[in-house]
Amino acid sequence: MAKVLVVTSGKGGVGKTTSSAALGAALAHGGDKVVVIDFDVGLRNLDLVMGAERRVVFDLINVVQGDAKLNQALIRDKRLENLSLLPASQTRDKDALTEEGVARVLNELREKFDWIICDSPAGIERGATMAMRHADVAVVVTNPEVSSVRDSDRIIGLLDSKTEKAEKGDRIEKHLLLTRYDPARAERGEMLKVEDVLEILSIPLIGIIPESEEVLKASNMGSPVTLNNPASAPGRAYFDAARRLKGETVELTIPTDKKGLFGKLFGRRAA
Amino acid sequence: MSLLSFFNRRTSAPVARERLQILLAHERGIVGGKPDLVAQLREEILAVVRRHVMVEQDNVQVKMNRDSDISTLEIEIEIPGPAGARA
Repeated sequence: MAKVLVVTSGKGGVGKTTSSAALGAALAHGGDKVVVIDFDVGLRNLDLVMGAERRVVFDLINVVQGDAKLNQALIRDKRLENLSLLPASQTRDKDALTEEGVARVLNELREKFDWIICDSPAGIERGATMAMRHADVAVVVTNPEVSSVRDSDRIIGLLDSKTEKAEKGDRIEKHLLLTRYDPARAERGEMLKVEDVLEILSIPLIGIIPESEEVLKASNMGSPVTLNNPASAPGRAYFDAARRLKGETVELTIPTDKKGLFGKLFGRRAA
Repeated sequence: MSLLSFFNRRTSAPVARERLQILLAHERGIVGGKPDLVAQLREEILAVVRRHVMVEQDNVQVKMNRDSDISTLEIEIEIPGPAGARA
């Protein structure tokens, strides 16, 4: 049965789009049929991060308003045939996202895909509430930093009150994805630890993505980090998180980038 | 960094953790659609105390810490010296 997953955070710049692309590609790599939808109307970027910016013809708003068919707007990934992207509109207003229209598009997608990943915009306004509205599962992306944790707490409150599931009295499944984590700094007391964030937000952990140069390299290339460098630390961490989303039990570790002697000597300076 | 400050330094992460816990205890009351329990308690406690002793608004601190098992309510009221004791 298809699952609608929202990737959300409240705060901007914590890694929602990076995580949507990386988890989508990891799930698709495992054989599932996956579509990733950009809900950031007016500031779309998922197309760019996934390397499909020159292939956008129709978008989510066109489909919501009935100006284009779903199949005309879906962009199939060139690397993984069971991964698709539904881009956001760059020119329209986010008010064009109607609740009925979004529900209709999601229902149509449910018949074609196993995973429908909704990449939420930052903030708590229309785009963000529409992205979470019909979700079955939420991944709350959080950096180990005070403003991100505060905003995640606020988003968790909205997930528990403003989603369709919550309004029906069901509980929406929520998972914490801790990104840009630096275990060495946390150990030195310079960064909130995993346990601190878990204690404050009290939702289960789906993965820890270590701070890594590989994330920027992947977005430079227009490729999800799980495809651009699957063996990298963030690549492996996202693959583990994707397996946990599918219900597998995977031991929780924080992968590190292996560096050769040359990398150890010069890696930092070259960055 | 001197050796002394190396041993004495207070790391910043515990400060972040404590600030967040206090802030979120307040904010969760507001966001959940419930009235702000802490603010309401503060007003009512102040009203009761003021029947007997004049205290300033700023001299009442109400803190609530919520945990999964137990929650604590901490109330601190600063009462003026003999000169201002009668309302």
